[in-house]
Amino acid sequence: MVALKDKSRDYSINFIAVILTFIVLMAVIKAGLINNYVEGVVVFAMINIIVAISLNIATGYLGQLALGHAGFMAVGAYTAGLFIKAVEYPKYVEMIIALLLGGLIAGVSGLIIGIPALRLRGDYLGIVTLGFGEMIRYTIINLGDITGGASGLKRIPKLIGLPEVYIVLVLVITFVFLFIRSRHGRAIISIRENEIAAESIGIPTTFYKVYGFFISAFLAGVGGACFAMYQRYLTPEKFKFMFSVELFIIVVFGGMGSITGTIIAGGLLAYITEKLYAYDELRLIIYSILLILLMIFKSDGLLGRSEFSLVRTPARIKHLFSTLKAKFGKGVA
Amino acid sequence: MSLLTTKNIGITFGGLRAVDNFEITIEPGELVGLIGPNGAGKTTIFNMLTGVYQPTEGEIFIGDKKVNGKKPYQIVREGLGRTFQNIRLFADLTVIENIKIAFHKDMNYTMFEGVFRLPRYWKEEALITKKAIELLSLFNMEEDAKNFAKNLPYGKQRKLEICRALATNPKLLLLDEPAAGMNPLETKELMETIHFIRDKFQVTILLIEHDMNLVMGICERLIVIDYGMIIAKGTPDEIKTNKKVIEAYLGS
Repeated sequence: MVALKDKSRDYSINFIAVILTFIVLMAVIKAGLINNYVEGVVVFAMINIIVAISLNIATGYLGQLALGHAGFMAVGAYTAGLFIKAVEYPKYVEMIIALLLGGLIAGVSGLIIGIPALRLRGDYLGIVTLGFGEMIRYTIINLGDITGGASGLKRIPKLIGLPEVYIVLVLVITFVFLFIRSRHGRAIISIRENEIAAESIGIPTTFYKVYGFFISAFLAGVGGACFAMYQRYLTPEKFKFMFSVELFIIVVFGGMGSITGTIIAGGLLAYITEKLYAYDELRLIIYSILLILLMIFKSDGLLGRSEFSLVRTPARIKHLFSTLKAKFGKGVA
Repeated sequence: MSLLTTKNIGITFGGLRAVDNFEITIEPGELVGLIGPNGAGKTTIFNMLTGVYQPTEGEIFIGDKKVNGKKPYQIVREGLGRTFQNIRLFADLTVIENIKIAFHKDMNYTMFEGVFRLPRYWKEEALITKKAIELLSLFNMEEDAKNFAKNLPYGKQRKLEICRALATNPKLLLLDEPAAGMNPLETKELMETIHFIRDKFQVTILLIEHDMNLVMGICERLIVIDYGMIIAKGTPDEIKTNKKVIEAYLGS
């Protein structure tokens, strides 16, 4: 059944697609077809997607309402920012360490918050994570000597550009995809499905809840580190509760439990935001209208829990056509 | 050596004495029924045995190992599998995924090996896929493997839940009202299934049931409880004529 040789074709197709996208992206930049501004928009969209995917682990796969991911992102961002300001290594070494360190410290803060908070469920957990997210922000504001306080952390060396963020994004997506399809991922999904049943067939649910939350916070921290290294200055303002909500909207929009859905929604919402930049307030109204429409017509998000698959799409399209043909043929007859 | 022994277990919820002084010994290979009127405390007993509730007093042994204070997932590892009165499947997952999750405790690859798809990942995943399909085909459900659990007909959902419990390789299987909501034909099929799994998997069974045809038909030994206390023990024939039992069910 499952074996490497069956899967290797699928893996190679996806790998080639990733490389091709990368080449196109590089060519477009080199040819000067997109300016710095557009590049910035794309990078921030990618970073939002990274953090939204991390949030999707907590909400879509683990099934826990988490509303404080801006906080974890802030921890990752400030950790990375402070680290690269403090040390002097070769660029890529510094970048990789900053990414991992940002993720790790965010992950640890996720553990500190998750261990007590994950005893709660649903709305209660949402409120507690929301509160913790804000606590992180206030801690950053009040640690002015280290973090620059409310005026922010400035003059962070720029270590990352669009190609690097793209690679980080691909790595995060690959990691989450493979992780979810392993025994650990299945254990996490079983908690979403039915916690009591999961426990009754030998899944240590408390452990896996905390574990899933750690990974979620870790990846949010990685996203934060990317943000710090690209943006070059950090203010606590950025990581307000509304930003957590924006991330949550991406996840809900794309479908809880769908990584490709999150990617599509992240890109789409970034595009809409950009187009509506001139009407700041109106943007939120359009957001809400979109969400309402989505709830009416496709209540589980754009892709629900399914994934867009390069490998299976041709077969799916073929299937669609053949069913259409069958219908059409009948109609004629 | 007995498979399961309890000594004077009892539990109190606030001021309510839900189960009092419950003693049971189950030998390997037995098929025991636990019956009693609604609210007698049957499911509470199951929840204590499986670690969902901690008994306020008394001791529970699986083999000669004391399991008081252990979490449900640890008790599964001691060889106690269970199903639920209200079916608890992983509804939005496929049938085969439901079974695969139950093999979790038998797998050893680490997150690192899993994410990098190292040889142990492929080996263990292939093994459990094979085992899951074998298990499903024993219950004639291999064709449903790719269907979502929520789309199965009721009888098959019950079967799948039993199947999933068996995947944890239990020595003792606790079935909580397996025939609830079934029509007579499905009940009959269920009785055959229970006999079948007992012979095939050499598993000891303790079941809660209201369907007297099923209970009297397949159980070798019955324990009757009412208001949290044992009121009678014995073979089905002895129970049928027991005065206390008739009183409990019909009122005096």
